[in-house]
Amino acid sequence: MTEVLKAPLVVEFPFTRSLGPVQSAFLTGLRERTVLGVRTADGKVLVPPVEYDPVTAAELRDLVEVAPTGTVTTWAWNPEPRRGQPLAAPFAWVLVRLDGADTALLHALDAPGPDAVRTGMRVRVRWSAQRTGAITDIACFEPYDQVTAHQAAAHTGEFAGEAVTGIVAHARLDYTYSPGRAQSQYIHALSGHKVVGERCPSCRKVYVPPRGACPTCGVATTEQVEVGPRGTVTTFCIVNIKARNLDIEVPYVYAHIALDGADLALHARIAGIPYDQVRMGLRVEPVWDDSDKDSRYPDHYRPTGEPDADYDTYKELV
Amino acid sequence: MAPAAPGARDVAIVAFGQSDHRRSTDELSEVEMLMPVLHDVLAATGLKTGDIGFTCSGSSDYLAGRAFSFTMALDGVGAWPPISESHVEMDGAWALYEAWVKLQTGDCDTALVYSYGKSSPGSVRDVLTRQLDPYYVAPLWPDAVALAALQARALIDAGDTDEPALAGVATRSRTAARANPHAQLRGSVPHGDYVVRPLRTGDCPPVGDGAAAVVLAAGERARRLCERPAWIRGIDHRIEAHGLGVRDLTDSPSTRLAAERAGVFERPVDTAELHAPFTSQEVVLRKALRLGEQVTVNPSGGALAANPVMAAGLIRLGEAAARIHSGASERALAHATSGPCLQQNLVAVLEGDPR
Ligand SMILES: [Zn+2]
Repeated sequence: MTEVLKAPLVVEFPFTRSLGPVQSAFLTGLRERTVLGVRTADGKVLVPPVEYDPVTAAELRDLVEVAPTGTVTTWAWNPEPRRGQPLAAPFAWVLVRLDGADTALLHALDAPGPDAVRTGMRVRVRWSAQRTGAITDIACFEPYDQVTAHQAAAHTGEFAGEAVTGIVAHARLDYTYSPGRAQSQYIHALSGHKVVGERCPSCRKVYVPPRGACPTCGVATTEQVEVGPRGTVTTFCIVNIKARNLDIEVPYVYAHIALDGADLALHARIAGIPYDQVRMGLRVEPVWDDSDKDSRYPDHYRPTGEPDADYDTYKELV
Repeated sequence: MAPAAPGARDVAIVAFGQSDHRRSTDELSEVEMLMPVLHDVLAATGLKTGDIGFTCSGSSDYLAGRAFSFTMALDGVGAWPPISESHVEMDGAWALYEAWVKLQTGDCDTALVYSYGKSSPGSVRDVLTRQLDPYYVAPLWPDAVALAALQARALIDAGDTDEPALAGVATRSRTAARANPHAQLRGSVPHGDYVVRPLRTGDCPPVGDGAAAVVLAAGERARRLCERPAWIRGIDHRIEAHGLGVRDLTDSPSTRLAAERAGVFERPVDTAELHAPFTSQEVVLRKALRLGEQVTVNPSGGALAANPVMAAGLIRLGEAAARIHSGASERALAHATSGPCLQQNLVAVLEGDPR
């Protein structure tokens, strides 16, 4: 059995999210070193604030200011911080009930070790030097000995400067992608300038590229079959818009090609013929890029010069 | 949704299959991993893919790192010519719920439910942070173990458990898993070092790849497909507020409510398959479900023995059903969870015909 291929795969996206009025006020407040909560109909103060009551689903808009000091309600010691977490040195995850609030906020606590942390301990916000209107404007919490009585006071939610109305949530996840057995074999074969499919043991159809299963019968396909190299254009389109990072002159033709012996059409670019002369039934063959020894797919397909295939021979594959 | 709802159809789990769960299956694509499991449940019932009335699956693009990853797996069920099919971006237990609803409508008499997850391509602790509140929580990247550890600390502070008791949950689960040929972690496993204190490696589930499938059938059809169908007498699912600091982490009111609506408390159950990836979560669930010592909890080893994300909940339903099928249980509870600290919970009651 051929070696299964693997490659690094990074999925990265900056999610741009808009904020509702309460979230906007809360995050703008953090930028201005002020912590806001929201009061529910029964008088509870929720920090961080939400826009709908978690119990009654009633709309909440009654903003209040709470203290930047509070009490740890539960904690967990993190000996090995991971990428993206608030502190690089070991720290405690904490839920903190800020003075004046009835619910707790999740964040990190900077402490020398687990023995320095306990439920009920007093902490205060350590603000980030650079604040943009995000939860990370709180750099972390730090131990703070004093107990101060604090009543949540009404707040307009308005601050000097522009209100924060959106956040950009960066995310990056790293994977090691493996295409599995069938597709690994297909890719291996391509590097030898061969195209292989797999035959379904039940309906006898040959799938290319093979994915290890027959989508009609729902059974594993295992018998490897070399197909092509020649094939027939079953359908095509003319591309008129130049793709970024692709130095192919437009217009060009992109086509479905039924390789001889295959029961599923592949798609590829057609060249070596004026774009307006490409037609269904055109017989084509692959052109490999010889300058790249490891090229994993044909650069394009070109006409073989054979007479066109009869429609009946490929109509099932259109 | 109450179990005795007028006009409710009798629906049963008539077959259950699962893969061997392993740390990595990178020699297999998702569909290659899934297909043998699908064939197991079809062979058990004698059904062909074309006989199935409705197909529903559960999986996650975030685990795969690819959009619409479930469409590739569809090749394994013979989706051409077109079939009646649906997908949930959740654990397969919720796909089973959707299929159960579909059967209740009378649209079909059989359903195939499957789910799968490969955690091995990525880092599941980091991947799961992307399901959290994107405004206040996800930017801090708290991983699944960290959030479970906050819950464990809350339980210890409340006097509901302690570290030796948590170690006991781990030992009992993995000892039970000795009898489970599919389990990833079996027998004696050291309690280990702290991952995020107070949780140690032994309190955490193994990270692995796996798949599961069940076949559901209604009424007489179920009796023809299975000697002793596992009738779903009640099924319900509920959710907590998403803010962790709003919740009492030592309790799971959503599990209790789902159990109430599913009819759990009407008569005692003899078996409970609980989806508790962390030892501390079993403590919460036992309390919420009022499970006494006479109930056999997780005879399969549970999620501490094998936790293929997106399939582990469906496996709890399948394992509970298998106990009914074999006659080892008369009335079993199955529970599935999703989200941090038992955020969403599904509970079902399964019963065999009286003997
Ligand atoms: Zn076939």
